[in-house]
Amino acid sequence: MQTLFILAGVAIGVGVIVFMSGLLSSLQANFIRRVLTSQPHIQIIAPDEVARPLRVAPSGVVVASIVQRPAQRLRSIDQWQMIRTQLLRRADITNVSPTVTASALAVRGDASRSITLTGIDPEVYFNIVKLPDYIILGQPRVTSEDIIIGAELAKDLGVSVGDKVNVTAASGALRALTISAIFDLGNKGANERSTFVALRTAQALSNLVGGVTSIDITIQDVYAADTIAASVQAEVGMQVDSWIKTNAQFFTAVNAQKISNTAIRGFVGLSVAFGIASVLVVSVIQRSKDIGILRAMGASQNQILRIFLLQGALLGFLGSLVGSLVGRQSLVFLHSFLRQADGSELFPLILEPSLFVAAVALASVTGVVAAAVPAIRAAKLDPVVAIRG
Amino acid sequence: MAETVPVLRLEGVTKTYNADTAAAVEVLHGIDLILQRREFVALTGPSGSGKSTLLNIVGLLDRPTTGKLFIDNRETSAYGDAELTRLRGHSIGFVFQHHYLLSAFTALENVMMPMLADREFPNEAMRERAHALLSEMGLAKWENNLANNLSGGQQQRVAIARALAMNPPLILADEPTGNLDTKSADTVFDMMRKINADNGASFLIVTHNNDLARRCDRIIEVVDGRIVTPP
Repeated sequence: MQTLFILAGVAIGVGVIVFMSGLLSSLQANFIRRVLTSQPHIQIIAPDEVARPLRVAPSGVVVASIVQRPAQRLRSIDQWQMIRTQLLRRADITNVSPTVTASALAVRGDASRSITLTGIDPEVYFNIVKLPDYIILGQPRVTSEDIIIGAELAKDLGVSVGDKVNVTAASGALRALTISAIFDLGNKGANERSTFVALRTAQALSNLVGGVTSIDITIQDVYAADTIAASVQAEVGMQVDSWIKTNAQFFTAVNAQKISNTAIRGFVGLSVAFGIASVLVVSVIQRSKDIGILRAMGASQNQILRIFLLQGALLGFLGSLVGSLVGRQSLVFLHSFLRQADGSELFPLILEPSLFVAAVALASVTGVVAAAVPAIRAAKLDPVVAIRG
Repeated sequence: MAETVPVLRLEGVTKTYNADTAAAVEVLHGIDLILQRREFVALTGPSGSGKSTLLNIVGLLDRPTTGKLFIDNRETSAYGDAELTRLRGHSIGFVFQHHYLLSAFTALENVMMPMLADREFPNEAMRERAHALLSEMGLAKWENNLANNLSGGQQQRVAIARALAMNPPLILADEPTGNLDTKSADTVFDMMRKINADNGASFLIVTHNNDLARRCDRIIEVVDGRIVTPP
């Protein structure tokens, strides 16, 4: 009976660990997937313009000066074609897409809205930002006369696919563009402001002919973005931001969650270990006569030690098998229960086999470690004392 | 030659509990004892005389404080725990007043237990030997019964079969019939005599039952930690 209770205890402990770890990985993966389908892994941007004092103080003289930060006008990245070629040679980089990002005004009749105009080369850019996946109307076509806009902007301007919209850039340039598609990124702000046009169109509108304001990059290993960004920065001498850096708040939150999850796992693991140890301590006391007899019959101390270590491992192993199943089913239930307003899943369910393997392995090792003290005690039992009871 | 070598020899064995302390108590005082092969000997004496301590020392479950102990002509005082365990497993069989069978296992599995601990027997050989021993004890029909489901006499016979599993030259029995009714006690005693006659194993039996003691080849009496009957 006590074995059944401790098996249940181990199962509940492992179930909690599997459930929490699975939930955390799913939510984290969901966020990363959402972030990385709507932004590049790494972005190179033109360096800020800085003002320098005209007068340099001679040695031994102190000159008071006020240096004002200049307004940042739209600038192109110097030698961007060469940088792109250079980056494409690297094995860790999969896509390189030059873009122009500028602010503009979209006008339709009496309605006008400020927008962010992003000029792209669709063939490459769509490999970085999976915009076609978010198109709800029209085709992801971006010729020099086309514009792709968000659902909120379309609603505000009262337009649909095929309609024309006037775009006035900050430079004063004006173009009438045809709406080829409407997207929904799942974010109201992005749906109100983001628009996509051909690179040449954006260059012309922002008076930046032949230039680009940023180079978007995707890489093989998204978690190595920081390291690769640093290496690219050293290589090209520009400001380079990784998605990890631009989403630092998220990673702070993830790390906090990881720490609390690890702490919970640690405490649950400890309680499981103490549970197994207490059952085995009682078992050693209850079976001391049997142990004494086994010793009298020629069982060595090592054999007795192994019996109890194996028992601990089996308690951990069997309990964790049940616990993994319970944790998995709880997560599946929660996943089917939690839905978004439109009925779609709140987060993708990610249940890596490695999570279960790790849980079972960890619980078995915990069982062995927990069994160590009672096992040593059993092995060291004096057969005479044990038999006499 | 092997037949002439005693299976058990004690020379000046003493046992002191709490040695090196003020509460030191010497319970065995210079025991000399020889047990020949095929001998069937009773060890008697009043309670607290040191019989069980002597049996534990002979059974290599306890060490003498001084003196020498020879099992099969091997002097054991220099043996480490692992060597004592191996020698005990191969050379000595135990039968206790209580059967001490492992209740979670069948009669057959209980008899296999010493061979399992020895790890030198193939599985089939262990089963065959355990089956043969239980048949010899008249328990073949019950060999697949859990130990708890046997009668007291049957349990004690399974315990004897277990003691014989490794075919040891020496069987130590501590009040083997103490918990049994007269009929079962006679059956068990007759069984041990038969084994002694057929297998040639020597028996050293601790008993308070004078009738049974008289049916042994020889009686050794221990009083106050000394053998009062000449060996």
